[in-house]
Amino acid sequence: MLDKEGIAKRIAKEVKDGYYVNLGIGIPTLVANYIPDEVDVILQSENGLLGMGPFPFEGEEDPDTINAGKQTITKLAGSAVFDSAMSFGMIRAKKVNLTILGAMEVSENGDIANWKIPGKMVKGMGGAMDLVASAENIIVAMQHVNKAGESKLLPNCTLPLTGIKCVKKIVTELAVLDVLPEGGFKLLERAPGVTVEEIKAATAGKLIIEGEIPEMVI
Amino acid sequence: MNKVVSGADEAIRDIEDGMTLMLGGFGMCGLPEKTILALVKKGVKDLTCISNNAGVDDFGIGLLLHQHQVKKMISSYVGENAEFERQLLSGELEVELIPQGTLATRCMAAGYGMPAIFTPAGIGTEVAIGKEVRNFNGKDYLMEMAFDADFAIVKAWKGDRLGNLVYRSTARNFNPVMAMAGKVTIAEVEELVEPGELDPDNIHTPGIYVHRIFQGENYEKRIEQRTVRKKN
Repeated sequence: MLDKEGIAKRIAKEVKDGYYVNLGIGIPTLVANYIPDEVDVILQSENGLLGMGPFPFEGEEDPDTINAGKQTITKLAGSAVFDSAMSFGMIRAKKVNLTILGAMEVSENGDIANWKIPGKMVKGMGGAMDLVASAENIIVAMQHVNKAGESKLLPNCTLPLTGIKCVKKIVTELAVLDVLPEGGFKLLERAPGVTVEEIKAATAGKLIIEGEIPEMVI
Repeated sequence: MNKVVSGADEAIRDIEDGMTLMLGGFGMCGLPEKTILALVKKGVKDLTCISNNAGVDDFGIGLLLHQHQVKKMISSYVGENAEFERQLLSGELEVELIPQGTLATRCMAAGYGMPAIFTPAGIGTEVAIGKEVRNFNGKDYLMEMAFDADFAIVKAWKGDRLGNLVYRSTARNFNPVMAMAGKVTIAEVEELVEPGELDPDNIHTPGIYVHRIFQGENYEKRIEQRTVRKKN
C-alpha cells in the first residue's frame, strides 16, 4: 500500500518531457517533488503563473507570489505571469497537457465529484470545473476509500458533480486504473503488497481485470 | 487629465447600499485592502460582492461579512472563513459559487463589450441549471452572461494620474479583468508615479478603464499560507 508520497511518486512517472502541467491542491502538489531532472516540464498555477518553482527559502517569502493553493512560492527563470482570464483561456484552449487533481468520488464513466458535500462542506469549485471540462489528460490522485471505509470508485457519483466523462486515469494507495471510454475501471497495476482481491473489495464500480496485474514499479 | 483622489474615502464617496462591487485579488494576494477598510468604515450594506474568495475572518472581504454589509457573494472558492460558512449555513448570506474561469471570463466579457461567453465549465453539473446550452463542433457549452457591476475595485503595484496600471507578480490575478469591467473603476496603488514613468509597452491596464486612483499607505499584504524551505 502507498502513502501520499508514494501516490505522488507513481503519478510523477506519467509526466512527460515538454509537458505543461497543472497540479491541484493536496497530493497533486507533491508530484512536483518527484519529477526527474531530465524531464523538462513547466508547471501552471491557475492564479496566473507559468514556471512555478519550489517554496522560497525562509525569509525570502513574497506575499505577491503565491500558487493557486495560496502558498508562497518562487518563480523559475523563464516564468510568465498573466491575469486570471488568460490563465483559464490557456486551460480552455487545451494548451495545458496534463491536469492532476484530487477527488471525493469518481464514477466508472469518468465523472468526478470534488467540490461540495451538501449540508456539510461548501468551499466551492475554484478552478476545478474549468480544468475538468477542458483538459484532455486528467489524472486523479486520491485514496481508494473514504474515512468511513466506503469506496470512492463508484458506478455513479453520489455527490454534486464537478465534471462529466472526463477522468482518464486514477492513482490510489492501492492501484493504478484507467477509466475506459465505454465505462469501467481497468486495473493496470497493484501497489506493492496489495492483492487484486483487496482492490476488488475496495472498488464499488465496474472493475475490469485482464490477465496478470503487475505490481507498480516506483 | 487627473484621476487622482485623496484616498479611499473619496474614492468610494458614491458607493451606496445595494450596489454591486467587483473586488480584485486571489485570496489575500493583490487585494484592494485600503478600499475594503474604507467600505467597512462607511458601513454601506446590502452589497453584492463579486470576488474570487471571501477573505479570512479578520482580513479582506471577511471584514465586510463580519459587519453584515454583504447581501450576496459571487465567488469560486470560499474556504478558510468560519464566519462566512456560518452566515451561509444560517441563510443570512446569499452565495453564488461559480467556476473560477467563468468568473474571470465574465469579467473579461464586460471589459471587452461582449454580452456573453460560452464555456464548457459546469456542463452536467448544478452550475448548468437554468442556463442555455449550445453545441459547437460536437461539444456542449454553457452560455454565461457578462457581469454588470457598479464599481470595480482593484489593487495595482504602480499607477499614474491617467490611470495606467502595472501589477506585480501573481498579485495581478483578477485585477486587470475586473478593472476593465466596472462602470466606475477605482484603483489603489502602492506607488503613484508621474505620467511617462511607466513604459507604454508594459502597461497592464490602460488608463481609459480607470476612473479614480490613489496611493495607499502601509500595505499589510498578509500571507495566507506561509510555505518555505530551509537553506542548507
